[in-house]
Amino acid sequence: MADEKVLYSLKNVTKIFKSGKSIVKAVDDVSLSIYEGEIFGIIGMSGAGKSTLVRTLNRLEEINDGEIWFDGKNLSGLSTKELRQTRKEIAMIFQHFNLLTQKTVLANVVLPLKLAGVPKKIREAKGMEMLEVVGLAEKAKAYPAQLSGGQKQRVAIARALAMSPKVLLCDEATSALDPKITEEILNLLKKINKELKLTVIIITHEMAVIEKVCDRVGIIDAGKLAELGDVKDIFAKPESKAAKRLILPAITGDNPFDRTDKRCFRIVFDGFSSKEPVISNLVKETGEMVNILSANTRSVGGVGYGQMIVELPKEEARQKVILDYFKSINMEIMEVFETEESE
Amino acid sequence: MSKEIVDLIVTGIFQTLLMTVISTVIAYIIGLPYGILLKITTPGDILGNRVVHGILGFIANVFRSIPFLILLVFLIPFTRMITGTSIGTTASIVPLTVGAIPIVARMVEASLNEISPGIVEAATSMGASPFEIVIHFMIPECLPSLLSGAAINIATILGYSAMAGCIGGGGLGAIALNYGYYRYQQDVLWVTVLILIIIVEIFQEGGTLLTKKTRKA
Ligand SMILES: Nc1ncnc2c1ncn2[C@@H]1O[C@H](COP(=O)(O)OP(=O)(O)OP(=O)(O)O)[C@@H](O)[C@H]1O
Ligand SMILES: [Mg+2]
Repeated sequence: MADEKVLYSLKNVTKIFKSGKSIVKAVDDVSLSIYEGEIFGIIGMSGAGKSTLVRTLNRLEEINDGEIWFDGKNLSGLSTKELRQTRKEIAMIFQHFNLLTQKTVLANVVLPLKLAGVPKKIREAKGMEMLEVVGLAEKAKAYPAQLSGGQKQRVAIARALAMSPKVLLCDEATSALDPKITEEILNLLKKINKELKLTVIIITHEMAVIEKVCDRVGIIDAGKLAELGDVKDIFAKPESKAAKRLILPAITGDNPFDRTDKRCFRIVFDGFSSKEPVISNLVKETGEMVNILSANTRSVGGVGYGQMIVELPKEEARQKVILDYFKSINMEIMEVFETEESE
Repeated sequence: MSKEIVDLIVTGIFQTLLMTVISTVIAYIIGLPYGILLKITTPGDILGNRVVHGILGFIANVFRSIPFLILLVFLIPFTRMITGTSIGTTASIVPLTVGAIPIVARMVEASLNEISPGIVEAATSMGASPFEIVIHFMIPECLPSLLSGAAINIATILGYSAMAGCIGGGGLGAIALNYGYYRYQQDVLWVTVLILIIIVEIFQEGGTLLTKKTRKA
């Protein structure tokens, strides 16, 4: 985001599906900008409209209202021919890879170049170069059926990169992969973003994916943009219900503690303060104790972040002492309610 | 069996193969694009058009639902117009082709329908035109299925060619009918039927082998 040049500008984008009598506003009045060189995440629950939204970005889905500007062009205003040309600048990868099963890895990768009329020798050299980027050059002659899921997605990424696109759209690109392979693919996307200065737009329903690689995130809830901002800000202080639901770990009713009358808080600490033994300091300073219901740390936008859900004692006076202590050390705190977690 | 009959059978084999192969080739020249059109004009597909799809589908169904023997008789004036005669090997090629076109078209449509919508979506997202999607994505991806469909079609057309023999066409069908049925030469009947079975078997096995060799997943 160094130069802050806008690549995508969405203005009041709305997409309606009509099937029979029912009408679904899959995308509802979404306005946002995506900048060149950033990794932008779009997250939401299943059916929130993420896929529909990302598919409007290359006009796989026509919008009913609003405008989408890509690199200075109004997408809706493009003729069929101009649209095909523009789509060559907007690469896309998918959850199920969508490789041609009857063609070799290399033949898959060079397909976009073949469509563009690039001579065989040149396109194969470029294809091999792209396979080097994703670390699969030795599989050039293999067929997709001989590859693992992670390798197939690498091939799809190589194919996406072949045309040197301006942006890479990823619709649930890691959702069919296990956590370890997901991590590898995300690292690859990050590397590509850095080295090729390629804008990447990632659709996911997993917060972990957003935390791992995205600079900014938009949270989609029932077609609407519920929240938009830097990942670390939203992670530290989710405002919308949708954001809280995605970020806060679910507190279920079946924990061993009787929680009636007790209050639960989420405390967030960044790389600096997480090293400090917050809870033991609390005991030392105030003589009060909290019950830790859950705790984890993760890397958000490159900074080590942690969150903890703690349960406070019943008595209001004791609660105040603890809350005052957290405030005094500038801890980000937020009350969480069990009811909010259940749908 | 006399030498004349053996010669007759050998000629019959050649005529049958000739009819079958030529009819299949012509049927594919027309039926392949027909089938592709059927597939891509399906509502919701890359060139979805309810009206065009409906008309193409209706014509294919009409020709497919006419029993082949009836179609043979029905097409006699048309056959005579094209070949100048309505009997013999060459004449048989006309009704065989006409009968085979809708069968080929539906088989091609069914094969192309096996393509995953995701691949078509990926192609579209690359900026491929409908023509490019057909040539570079649909056909290569469905090639094994198209080939196994072709093996089935050629066997069907072979069966039809024997039927064409009944109304004046040449080939093994005519021999079986003339010698085996009208002259009660059971041995000729059995031999021709056996040869027909062997030819069908060769086409079918050949097709399966070729399909297996091309299929990568
Ligand atoms: N082609 C369509 N026709 C009708 N309704 C549709 C169509 N595509 C999507 N929808 C509806 O639009 C809404 C948003 O769907 P979408 O696929 O964008 O959700 P999503 O956020 O990607 O969900 P998931 O995480 O399950 O992939 C859903 O209610 C869905 O049923
Ligand atoms: Mg989706």
